Amino acid sequence: MISRRVLLGLAFVAAIATPALAQDKSIVVASTTSTQDSGLFSHILPIFKAKTGIDVKVIAQGTGQALDTARRGDADVVFVHAKAQEEKFLAEGFGVKRFPVMFNDFVLIGPASDPVGIKGLDIETALKAIVATQAVFISRGDRSGTHAAELALWKDCGIDIEQAKGPWYKSIGQGMGAALNTAGAANAYVLSDRGTWLSFKNKGDLAILVEGDKRLFNQYGVMLVNPAKHPHVKADLGQQFINWLVSPEGQKAIADYKIDGKQLFFPNAGAPGA
Amino acid sequence: MPDGTSALQLVFGGDPALYAIVALSLYVSVCAVILAALVALPFGASLALTRFPGRAFVVVVLNAFMGLPPVVVGLSVYLLLSRSGPLGFLGVLFTPRAMIIAQALLVMPIIAALTCQTVEDLWLEYRDELTALRVTPARRVATLLWDARFSLVTTLLAGFGRAAAEVGTVMIVGGNIDGFTRTMTTAIALETSKGDLPLAMGLGLVLIALIIVVNALAWGARRIGEIRAG
Repeated sequence: MISRRVLLGLAFVAAIATPALAQDKSIVVASTTSTQDSGLFSHILPIFKAKTGIDVKVIAQGTGQALDTARRGDADVVFVHAKAQEEKFLAEGFGVKRFPVMFNDFVLIGPASDPVGIKGLDIETALKAIVATQAVFISRGDRSGTHAAELALWKDCGIDIEQAKGPWYKSIGQGMGAALNTAGAANAYVLSDRGTWLSFKNKGDLAILVEGDKRLFNQYGVMLVNPAKHPHVKADLGQQFINWLVSPEGQKAIADYKIDGKQLFFPNAGAPGA
Repeated sequence: MPDGTSALQLVFGGDPALYAIVALSLYVSVCAVILAALVALPFGASLALTRFPGRAFVVVVLNAFMGLPPVVVGLSVYLLLSRSGPLGFLGVLFTPRAMIIAQALLVMPIIAALTCQTVEDLWLEYRDELTALRVTPARRVATLLWDARFSLVTTLLAGFGRAAAEVGTVMIVGGNIDGFTRTMTTAIALETSKGDLPLAMGLGLVLIALIIVVNALAWGARRIGEIRAG
């Protein structure tokens, strides 16, 4: 009786401890919260799976964390949006090659009542007004692509945010959705990618105040993790996914994703310099 | 999970994605409790019956570990199972197996500490008899665990409750992958971040209902067992 139980227990432990078999056609993609929270992956991945039979398992993290996950070898492909960080990743030898995939843009969100009065301004004037009035601003603070873009914007606009920040500047260290939730609750301003904003369901009194400035451009790129660094990387399946993303079919799938008739991401594979 | 639906629609409309998430939550937490119990029940009972220098220290640490922060356990298991970590060759990171291992580590101290207490109390009753019969230590552990089985159901439920309700470890080691490692708790976190607070709240109520059902089943099993045992 006891021995049978011990055997069962051992079998159970063995079942858990044995390495996962490589029978499944699947890859792990480290990507950003914006691509997941906006619903893009739920739209394009079933199309890719139907064509190739490959399961794409998406881990949604900030861009910085996604690149770190890939550096440790825990992902086959990275799909992120912070070109400078992506190029560093390539230079370190962790990535094979970077392919631009699509873009959308960032938008400055704030209370519809707009107490600072920045609606319709260019991004530089708007950010300066926020600093001058010390209106509450929510920063992602999580090394994500949007956080990197926010820091670059302060710098481009001639604002030293390290100097300027005070109690009004709240760094929450969380994803895009959480930042929007916080901004809604705190009547605050926040920088968001347009995709997450459009699909976000708890808009409350928030509205887009600044958009269309060319400094708000947001480029997404995809890279295969270098099998020379991490031999277990599923290079073949991963490259198939990348090839599909930049193919006319993949690009069309991205362009077809709309919420309330609005396109969220604009394919631009092969665009020079993107 | 389709957008724009309420949790009620998902539950009563028989949404397959929701059922898959519920099934995975149950599977992971139940496996974790079984795995933890295999180690923790004999360990807790042995600790109750033995006396050695430093035992008080072990008991205090064990009790303290009932409050292990899930994110710390998650992070430790993550670093262990990462491809760059010592057990990376297993390739189990971002799979349900990794989640089972992490949750098992989380509930092991709870089951061990509560078992230790239960068996210690029972030992006071049985000591004279078992000593007189010259029962070997291994048999003592087995006998006391068997006779405490009805109380230990509650111990296992405490472990299950902890496992099913936590989000920190499964988020880190599972990765919240749609259709693969997404559990009730990580789904709730995701829907919250998407701003769909009614759906998140609805899923939360489904999770609570699920935990009540599991506890009711365990209570029923315990009653039937007690009646049969007289």
